[in-house]
Amino acid sequence: MSTPYIVDGYEVVVGLEVHCQLATDSKIFCGCRARLEGGKSVADVESNSATCPVCTAQPGALPVLNKKVVEYAIKAGLATGCKINLKNIFARKNYFYPDSPKGYQISQFELPICENGFLNIETANGQKKINIQRIHMEEDAGKNLHRDGYSLVNLNRAGVPLVEIVSGPEMKSPEEAGAYLRALYAIVTYIGICDGNMQEGNFRCDANVSVMPKGSTKLGTRAEIKNVNSFRFVEKAIEFEAARQVELLQSGGKVVQETRLYDSTKNITVSMRSKEEAQDYRYFPDPDLVPVLLEQAFVDKIRESLPELPEQKRIRLASEFGINPQDAGLLTSSKSLADFFEKTLGLAVKGGAEKKSAAKSAANLINGEITRLLNEESIEIGRSKLTPAHMADLVQLVQASVVSSTGAKQVIAAVWKTGESVDAIVEREGLKQVSDVSSLEPAVDKVIAANPGPVAEFRAGKDKLIGFFVGQVMKETGGKANPGTIQELIKKKLLP
Amino acid sequence: MAIHTQYKSVTEIHDAYDRKILSPIEFVRDYLNAMKSSGLNAYLTISEERALAQAKQADMMLAQHGKVPRDKKPLFGIPMAVKDNLVMDGVRTTAASKMLENYIPPYTATVVERLENAGAISLGKTNLDEFAMGGSNENSAFGAVKNPDALDRVAGGSSGGSAAAVRAQLCQFALGSDTGGSIRLPASYCGIVGLKPSYGRVSRYGLIAFGSSLDQVGPMTQSVEDAARVLDVMSGFDERDATSSPTPKGDYFNSLQKDLEWSSLKIGVPKEYFAEGLVPDVEKSVRESLKWFESKGAKLVPISLPHSPYSIAVYYIVAVSEASTNLERFDGVRFGVRPQGASEARDLEEFYKKVRANFGPEVKRRIILGTFALSAGYSDAYYKRACQVRNLIKMDFDEAFKKVDVIMGPVAPSTAYKIGEKSSNPLEMYLNDLYTIPANLAGLPGISVPCGKDSKGLSIGLQMMSPIFTEAKLLRIAHGFEKERASS
Repeated sequence: MSTPYIVDGYEVVVGLEVHCQLATDSKIFCGCRARLEGGKSVADVESNSATCPVCTAQPGALPVLNKKVVEYAIKAGLATGCKINLKNIFARKNYFYPDSPKGYQISQFELPICENGFLNIETANGQKKINIQRIHMEEDAGKNLHRDGYSLVNLNRAGVPLVEIVSGPEMKSPEEAGAYLRALYAIVTYIGICDGNMQEGNFRCDANVSVMPKGSTKLGTRAEIKNVNSFRFVEKAIEFEAARQVELLQSGGKVVQETRLYDSTKNITVSMRSKEEAQDYRYFPDPDLVPVLLEQAFVDKIRESLPELPEQKRIRLASEFGINPQDAGLLTSSKSLADFFEKTLGLAVKGGAEKKSAAKSAANLINGEITRLLNEESIEIGRSKLTPAHMADLVQLVQASVVSSTGAKQVIAAVWKTGESVDAIVEREGLKQVSDVSSLEPAVDKVIAANPGPVAEFRAGKDKLIGFFVGQVMKETGGKANPGTIQELIKKKLLP
Repeated sequence: MAIHTQYKSVTEIHDAYDRKILSPIEFVRDYLNAMKSSGLNAYLTISEERALAQAKQADMMLAQHGKVPRDKKPLFGIPMAVKDNLVMDGVRTTAASKMLENYIPPYTATVVERLENAGAISLGKTNLDEFAMGGSNENSAFGAVKNPDALDRVAGGSSGGSAAAVRAQLCQFALGSDTGGSIRLPASYCGIVGLKPSYGRVSRYGLIAFGSSLDQVGPMTQSVEDAARVLDVMSGFDERDATSSPTPKGDYFNSLQKDLEWSSLKIGVPKEYFAEGLVPDVEKSVRESLKWFESKGAKLVPISLPHSPYSIAVYYIVAVSEASTNLERFDGVRFGVRPQGASEARDLEEFYKKVRANFGPEVKRRIILGTFALSAGYSDAYYKRACQVRNLIKMDFDEAFKKVDVIMGPVAPSTAYKIGEKSSNPLEMYLNDLYTIPANLAGLPGISVPCGKDSKGLSIGLQMMSPIFTEAKLLRIAHGFEKERASS
């Protein structure tokens, strides 16, 4: 069990509904394209150009289910341990809004395609299982645009396929909610059903947040925070919302069931509509679509085709490459990163590197400098100029002590900008380490001469001072000296 | 004398084309003239340009081939009318609603496409009850259709324009749609043949939906023979309609030529179809028709469809529930008429109120009923319950068809009534659908064939229903009745 997140004697309880856009070429109920190359949103092409009579809901037009969507939804279900309903049905969810051209959204209500799954998340106190209540298929809406006093509707996104993945109310802290989202994100991108561009809204969630007195088993009244599309914002929104609810209760108020929006610039949630204004969606089976009837053999075939999942991969990387579980967890948080790591290692080992130590330095660089750069630019590794071949070369140079770990960061930053070869950059920027004793000796002698005090202490047994000497020599050589060589020289000169 | 009234069937028209005594273009011109001067209000839009272009092309083809290319174009040069709830690319399609008064669809319904590809010529779009909701055609936003046989009487509905157009020979055949009797009832009132195919036999793609689980498009013709020819072209699986059936279609026209063995035919006569409310003249005519079958050697079997009295209640929940959400797309955002002031509305709610005020009173009534029947707290008692009873009605037919080949009875309790006579009482109007609704609820094919006239000389229709996807047999029985009884 993880440590509960307590706000002034209240526990917070979170359930998440994740909307994940499926990376199919065409829309869920018509032949219109649903995505562009590289997973960019179809909403971005000329307004209303990716539409047809079906997705603009012309009178008389009918939906026909895209089989790929069913396949992808089954993949999501299997990867999260769900039961697949061999018979599942589509329902109409009725509400009026201009971005919903039919006046109803085709979704699933009774009998969704997947039910009763789970996924494991890593918490500070170890693993925790979070139940998934259901996964259902539905269509995305268009987008409304308000400009110069006019309201415009763009239906390019209308009919883009989604799965909605609904968790139980089982997360007890903002961090757990974040961990669940990251784990789920890793799964859907691993199995290739979602492009995972959160900026584009490929993966977004609604958070149901409530608080209850510590130790209580009765859930409090919940508020639903709509459409948050970043891991960090979800955590912050929950944090704010929990504090707001606790404050409300402590001042004698009551939490009302309502829909709220998270304002990321102010870091607050604001009320959108309360339950009294809530819609009656009048769900009923869509008579235009027949029930989806699946063969067990079809499901089994999909199960066999599933790739290695993040959890399996994490365990394998840790044991195969001897990297620590935390590093393995970070590497496997996104499929592209894990693939990048494995490709790098493959090439480095082929080039003669020792596997475990190469893995360690690759993992350090990927989880450190590279992740930092990716976050800074909000891109996937695949879109950067840095390739596994670059990394393999670099890792080998680090292992052979030609480039220091500080130098390695500089190399990465340079490749990031230009995509040039590692050798060319090392050469041009003078990043080769000096390991040659004769060229380092003058600097070492200079440092020893200038620091009689520390020299005496070191000789008297204060071993830790070795770091000080290495630092001084590095300074003297402009950071190019091989720290291992310096250590050896210092020891040789100062110790008997 | 008008040319267009001289030919009674596709067979006769093709023969005239072959012998060069008739040309498609003069034929179509003659039709267009007759349509404009009929005074029946049967057509809402005349697609003159399209018709003339298609006729010209037919002329050229005929000149090239010498003879009608029957194999490739089984309906070559045959003038057709299309109910105005079927969309046609570039031709105004209104569903007889103010809401769509200016709507030009960007695509064509599958059935229309198939018929045009088979050579049919589109003369225009026929009048109907708004969104096909009604049984008299009086609910059209553009006025009632007059019955060609008695101009002060209704043509029936909702496919009233199509029925009147066929009866008055303002087309060779017409398309109707039938949700609770909308093909069979006007066919009966106008003395023509009207077939509602099995649910799933004909594509609904491009049919403006009323009750999606009940709607079917079907032919309305002067003869059973033509109905078979038209069904041959329009039926069959359509990948654009998920509810269209992959079960292979029959060979309808050719199977008419096979002889019927009357002596092996068992006809079910449901007692519920001859109960209170049936007008004596209609009962007499239907019973005489049944006797004719008996005289040919067929066996009349008394049967019961015990749940059929619930049909109207079930239908007016299921159909309106589906309709209430089918009609949500008419929001004035992407197409349709925006009434004055709508664009200046302060908020969405006001905008929707202004736009949707365009629906006529019967459509509003059904939207409200359907919205209620589906709403939280009521849908179990209404919508779900109705679906359960619908299943029982279906099972009644399954039971009956274990014993009989076909079920026969009246199409409607009475003949065509006077325009305005019943329009103040919707419930009385709903009761008129009592005999036609069960086939829609059960998804069965049903046909109305003229079987006589009442004392006022108004047409009476005999209804025949058979198991799902047995249209070939149904048409053969109807064809035998039509041909042999007329000559007897």
